[in-house]
Amino acid sequence: MTTIDVLDQPPAPATEIAAPRGRSGLRGLSLQTKVGGGILVAFVVAAVFAPLIAPYGSNELDFVHIYAAPSWSHLFGTDGAGRDVFSRTLYALRLDLGIVLLVTYPPLVLGVFLGALAGYFGGIVDAVIARIVDVMIAFPFMILVIAVIAIVGPGVKGVLIGVPIVAWALYARLARSQMLVLREQSFMLATVALGYSRKRAILRHAVPNLMRSSLIYSTLDMIANLLLLSGLAYLGLGAQPPTAELGSIIADGQSALLNAWWVTTLPGLVVVLFGLGAGLVGDGLSDGRLGGGVP
Amino acid sequence: MSVTSGSLLRIEGLRVEFDTPQGRVVGVRDASLSIRPGEIVGLVGETGSGKTMVCRSAMRLVPSPGRIAAGSIEFDGRDVLAMSQRRLREFRAHDIGMIFQDPFSSLNPVFRVGQQVSETLRVNLGLGKSEAHARALELLSDVGIRDAERRALSYPHEFSGGMRQRVMIALATASQPRLLLADEPTTALDVTTQAQILALLTRLSRERELAVLLVSHDFGVIAQVCNRVAVMYGGHIVEAGPIDAIYTNAQHPYTRGLLESIPRLESAGKRTRLPMITGDPPDPTDAVAGCVFKLRCRYRQPGCDEISMALEPVSPGHETACPVRPFAAADMPVTGAGARA
Repeated sequence: MTTIDVLDQPPAPATEIAAPRGRSGLRGLSLQTKVGGGILVAFVVAAVFAPLIAPYGSNELDFVHIYAAPSWSHLFGTDGAGRDVFSRTLYALRLDLGIVLLVTYPPLVLGVFLGALAGYFGGIVDAVIARIVDVMIAFPFMILVIAVIAIVGPGVKGVLIGVPIVAWALYARLARSQMLVLREQSFMLATVALGYSRKRAILRHAVPNLMRSSLIYSTLDMIANLLLLSGLAYLGLGAQPPTAELGSIIADGQSALLNAWWVTTLPGLVVVLFGLGAGLVGDGLSDGRLGGGVP
Repeated sequence: MSVTSGSLLRIEGLRVEFDTPQGRVVGVRDASLSIRPGEIVGLVGETGSGKTMVCRSAMRLVPSPGRIAAGSIEFDGRDVLAMSQRRLREFRAHDIGMIFQDPFSSLNPVFRVGQQVSETLRVNLGLGKSEAHARALELLSDVGIRDAERRALSYPHEFSGGMRQRVMIALATASQPRLLLADEPTTALDVTTQAQILALLTRLSRERELAVLLVSHDFGVIAQVCNRVAVMYGGHIVEAGPIDAIYTNAQHPYTRGLLESIPRLESAGKRTRLPMITGDPPDPTDAVAGCVFKLRCRYRQPGCDEISMALEPVSPGHETACPVRPFAAADMPVTGAGARA
């Protein structure tokens, strides 16, 4: 068997040219993700530090400068009550981003967890979770939110309660279908063969693999939630005046659109830019530059 | 409890059944196998012969809807089938390891390989973080990962198939098990890499007194490393014995057929056809009366319908399920030993 001993040597280094990636994960991200991420980070920073950045208060009236055009003292101009639109937009961003994150990510965590359980265990667990998901997805979403608003009254509460009731279901369905694929992979069998607990197998080994597609989907979900929030405010069912909220600012300026285009247009562009940033991140992540080649 | 002197794993009368909507399928029928400490035993057979199920049964990993319907499995005197879930986890964590055919899906794609090895050490052996990391690096270099400290930071997709299989071996043997189940560990690899992985298994087996159950459809692979071999066909073990006895004196027509279908160096350049086993493997949903191989057997006799498929001794350690013994005379040595060269 001497021939074999000669062979028991590691292959030549030529076969292992791939340099290991450094500790920082940023380098592996695509340009799109970086640009989109940059936009989102800028928005979050602007929202968090709104009171420091905003040159005026959100409801600071100035009847001398009504419908003032954008200038260095009023970047986005002023509205019909002389309020600084830029400051109001910053405060609105603070409120809107906070709510959007709150109605997007907790349901994501819950949905991925329940979906992972359903996919991993199958059988009765799967049947119960999958049926609840079906009911939630079948439910007319807007009507549910408006029904909640009818009960709790107009305001952001309707969104805070109505959206999470349904939102987790899509993540659960997504995670479940991926778990069905994942559990057939050898490394999931290996978790059993290595004597790991089910908890470890699901939470530590499966869930990180399920996260990617849910995170990608969540970028779309965030945009949808922001539009929903603004849309409801625009209809008068969301945040009530004088609260600074993107939708209500846009609705306010609508009546003077021809004389003072900036009141509606500039906050509207902020919404568009946020959507663009989130979309770019989602697109970049789905290009498969994160982690390994998960099927 | 039967006397287990000498054997580490002892499988007796194993029967694995699958209850499918189309009816009951018997994957493994009355299979018996034993492995001594430090021994490499081959399990060879074609797709669907039940070899993987025998292998998985040893750590009770038969996939649903399959179940172990009968038989006994003993590991070092302990009854594996009677273990509670907690005991079973302990057993899997410490005493037995498993590596898989597909090195592309056997490591978790989102974790660095070093992390995956040290996780086992922390979870199963209770090592501290830095201790586990240091030990993981040792294990990785022991399985032939050069520059382990740097490579441990790589993700699985940055490794070639052979290197992944090395990592998998490091992972499966991290908690010093006494038995390694290797289910077609080299099937997805090219031939040079295959030889390296087999050599690695042989060396680990020798150095750590690690017993290996090597499942393969390739007699060439089995021949390179195994001490003993069991041949499976249609859910039955049809022949078992020391590798030399099987090679030089195979008694079952199926084993002969497998051996003769291996290309040989002496016939290179000659325009000869390799002998092949005609026909298809039996459909596992059909119960065949008597010998499972009779439909494809060149030596079939009327008596073949009443054969029990029980193994009968040929020589010490060498058993066959074929009572016809068409090759009993010494004038028919197996001609397929070329794969050993």
